[in-house]
Amino acid sequence: MANVPVHEWTLLEAARKVREKEISSRELTGALLARIGALDPKVRAYITVLPEAAAAQAAECDEEQAKGVLRGPFHGVPIGLKDIFCTRGVRTTCGSRILHHFNPPYDAFVTEKVLGAGAVLLGKHNMDEFAMGSSTETSFFGPTRNPWDLSRIPGGSSGGTAAAVAAGMCFAGVGTDTGGSIRQPASLCGVVGVKPTYGRVSRYGMIAFASSLDQGGPIARTVADAAALLGVIAGYDRRDSTCVDMPVPDYLAAAERSVKGFRVGLPKEYFEGEGLSPEVRAAVEKALKALTDQGAVVVEVSLPHTSFALSTYYLIAPAEASSNLARYDGVRYGHRAEGVSGLIEMMSRTRAEGFGDEVKRRVMIGTYALSAGYYDAFYGKAQKVRTLIRDDFNKAFESADVLLTPTAPTPAFRLGEKTGDPLTMYLSDIYTIPCNLAGIPGISVPCGFSADGLPIGAQLLSNSFREETLFTAAGAVERALPLRRVAPLEG
Amino acid sequence: MAITREEVLHVARLARLALSDDEAGRLGGQLSAILDYVKQLDRLDTRDVVPTSHAVEMGTPMRDDVVEPFGDREALLANAPDRHNDCFRVPRIIED
Amino acid sequence: MAFETVIGLEVHAQLSTRSKIFCACSTAFGAAPNGNTCPVCTGMPGVLPVLNRKAVEYTIRTALATSCAVQRRSVFARKNYFYPDLPKAYQISQYELPIALGGHVDIDVGGETKRIGITRIHMEEDAGKLVHEGEFAGAQASLADLNRCSVPLMEIVSEPDMRTPEEGGAYLRRLHDILVYLGVCDGNMEEGSFRCDANVSVRPAGQEAFGTKVELKNMNSYRNVEKALEYEIRRQVELIEDGGEVVQETRLWDANAAVTVSMRRKEEAHDYRYFPDPDLLPLIVDDSLVEELRATIPEMPAEKIARLERQYGIPRYDAGILASTRTLADFFEASAAIYGANPKTTANECVHWKDAVLAGTLSPETIAHAVEDRERGTISATASKKLVELVLSTGKPFRALRDEQGLTQVSDASALDLLVDKVMAASPKEVDAYRAGKAGLLSFFVGQVMKESRGKANPKVVQEVLKRKLDGGTSTGEKL
Repeated sequence: MANVPVHEWTLLEAARKVREKEISSRELTGALLARIGALDPKVRAYITVLPEAAAAQAAECDEEQAKGVLRGPFHGVPIGLKDIFCTRGVRTTCGSRILHHFNPPYDAFVTEKVLGAGAVLLGKHNMDEFAMGSSTETSFFGPTRNPWDLSRIPGGSSGGTAAAVAAGMCFAGVGTDTGGSIRQPASLCGVVGVKPTYGRVSRYGMIAFASSLDQGGPIARTVADAAALLGVIAGYDRRDSTCVDMPVPDYLAAAERSVKGFRVGLPKEYFEGEGLSPEVRAAVEKALKALTDQGAVVVEVSLPHTSFALSTYYLIAPAEASSNLARYDGVRYGHRAEGVSGLIEMMSRTRAEGFGDEVKRRVMIGTYALSAGYYDAFYGKAQKVRTLIRDDFNKAFESADVLLTPTAPTPAFRLGEKTGDPLTMYLSDIYTIPCNLAGIPGISVPCGFSADGLPIGAQLLSNSFREETLFTAAGAVERALPLRRVAPLEG
Repeated sequence: MAITREEVLHVARLARLALSDDEAGRLGGQLSAILDYVKQLDRLDTRDVVPTSHAVEMGTPMRDDVVEPFGDREALLANAPDRHNDCFRVPRIIED
Repeated sequence: MAFETVIGLEVHAQLSTRSKIFCACSTAFGAAPNGNTCPVCTGMPGVLPVLNRKAVEYTIRTALATSCAVQRRSVFARKNYFYPDLPKAYQISQYELPIALGGHVDIDVGGETKRIGITRIHMEEDAGKLVHEGEFAGAQASLADLNRCSVPLMEIVSEPDMRTPEEGGAYLRRLHDILVYLGVCDGNMEEGSFRCDANVSVRPAGQEAFGTKVELKNMNSYRNVEKALEYEIRRQVELIEDGGEVVQETRLWDANAAVTVSMRRKEEAHDYRYFPDPDLLPLIVDDSLVEELRATIPEMPAEKIARLERQYGIPRYDAGILASTRTLADFFEASAAIYGANPKTTANECVHWKDAVLAGTLSPETIAHAVEDRERGTISATASKKLVELVLSTGKPFRALRDEQGLTQVSDASALDLLVDKVMAASPKEVDAYRAGKAGLLSFFVGQVMKESRGKANPKVVQEVLKRKLDGGTSTGEKL
């Protein structure tokens, strides 16, 4: 333990060491800031780094601790937040030019919770613009690189967070997941990512992409870390009307429990497609074996409407997004086009200049899907198929406690490989999308490496508000398959 | 299904997105491809299916009628690209 | 060709809650620009709406008072369009599933009662204000003040049941009174808390199909609504008679020029792309809430007018004026409870002193005493008026002032006998002239007696006594 470099400690280890005064927050934070300084020019996981503010926060934490005051379970531990969470006084860009100077006068709920737990904010992580993407290539600030292979993408849209965690540039982070944006990058970067049940984590201050699908969730290097972090950010917030007032269980304890007797469902549709790489299939099979070795049983289940999930998602998400992004009109904040004559031109050019191609594409699809004459055929239809998809899961969970699937069809692909055709990029999310449509929680846990040394993750899904089941199952996989969680990157 | 150039421009106007001729052409092609793909949903009979218009099954929560001022008007105006007399200034609509 | 008019009215009423519909900012009028705003109502990134319960209660009460069916499940929908006074670029409203459907309001026009249907009532948020910089049309910029954003609105849509501008005005006034009675809206058209748009069409008399309808906006008083409707009806009829066709459009009322003007905005039949707002869950209203709110509904104007007419025997017209404000009607009844022998007089007094009644500076007791004293002849009408004014300026009780001022008049006929005799004796020529036929001299005698009594004689009684003595006596004033 003494030889493990600071940046490779887990979140819980770092928290314990600060608490037990083995290391000061100042030292801890300083170490990570140094690592960011050394590595981030290559990885580009951060949009904004806060060296002075973080150092000041760390100093404050140390002073408080000297007086015997600990703010919470992560007192003095440096973490990062995807640049989609508003942070008061710290620019929040959502990966977009249109907000690249936006300074929110309020904190997101997630921000409040994380800081309330005593964590030190290192900075804001890079992301696909407005969370629209699967590779972090649509960010206005340039792509993030996968720490395991800098010529490859880290996944998206929470690619910056996953990369930062995997590169030891923070002890954990919080991302968001609308169609797989936490789980897929976690899988591609060899770390743990959790999308909680819709309504588990307040969306207040989390810049909206698709309101009925978005959820914030932890990205960390171990299942226990993710469980502890979810325990901090979950909870009721009266500022979010869609968040559910339910007690937060002890997720950490759940991660220790046994999977004996668990019925693990393998949805056959997820293992049928040609797009699934043999290496991924093999790695997921190892995860399955890890579970059955520990007493779980396998059941076959079917989710018959799986092949319609992508279409359903790519109508609902852009429709909601087109409405959510309409507020970016250059009037009250953000970028405004210059040299315009008249209001309509101002708005149209502001948005043309401020948004990247993927965002424009989705705003256009969404506007079209809601427009007069097309609503029933597109948006209306998708909302109905969404019900069918949800019903599929309800039925599956009658015979299974947890479902096991691949997270992503392949390991990380190369930068630029899929940017030519939007549909090809969208297919990266085929395994993760259905869960958002159904509102159920999902976790990605590392289960192997490809021959090229690229991480592979397995996805576990459970019924609504059964995150404990996910942590138990993921914990079992992790214990059986101890894998390297920090990429071998040196400065 | 081919989305016509007129439709592309109409949707762009609804969405307040200025598009160059190039972009309009390119976007039109991409949108057509995506819309083609999603038409697969037509294969499903959903006549008796209730749409999922809300992700959570419960009534909307309500708050008491109590005033809680935000208390920092300056912060709300600080991000404004153009402000005058504590208002947000914008160009006039040009009547064609 | 004879034409029939079809009018439907859409009212937007600002609910008088303390805070906005989806955030906790104050709705108070008159704040400095953007002083009543927050990240939620200014549409900043990541913020979310939370519904104000009071706005829901006010809307349900309105629905009940207009006999609507309160929907147990209604849905908020986004109405999407771009405008600088609309921060989210969508207005949260209700579309397919509003909170109330199918009610009515009864109006009195030309002595008859007519029922005007209400199609629906729904809740939505208000937009801000866009002010054009400077007063001149050449101004290049506009200024957005978002204080009004998210103030709660109730939209009340009538059936196209009105057939004349007068009916339109009556409907508006009745609806206004209902809302003010309920205490849900202060009903101020000039200040914008009660707004009206109209849909007008004409059709040849007897035709069932509706003609093309035109939407009218920018009418900021009842009178302006009626005038705009009158003008527009005439315009449409003339247009058709000249062989033209009415175009479906929105027209603005120009109060100065007294005409409606086409808004002629190029293109943009708005495509609002309504869809259920995913940030708000369905509004579920249970039976117990509805019944609880039903119990809080006071007697509504129509019922009150009928009851006042019946219970106090006062004319419907008077009852209508009293009932136009609940405070006035309540005052009337309180006063009649103290002295109720002359309700018509009491009613007149209440109306005469309406401003003071509404300002709360007059008590029902004062009016009751004023009416009683006048009816009993204890004071004259002039004295009564003067005394009420004194009550208002000094705050002293009516009867105390009456006695203090010595304004009691003499009404006892026998007490006036002496005065009348004295006056008759002092003007024998006039007595003879009167008895010879100059009936007009009666007022001369009344005046003389009033002078003798220093104004204290009850002129009515004086007149009676005089007539008795003058008509029945000889020219020598011999007593009968």
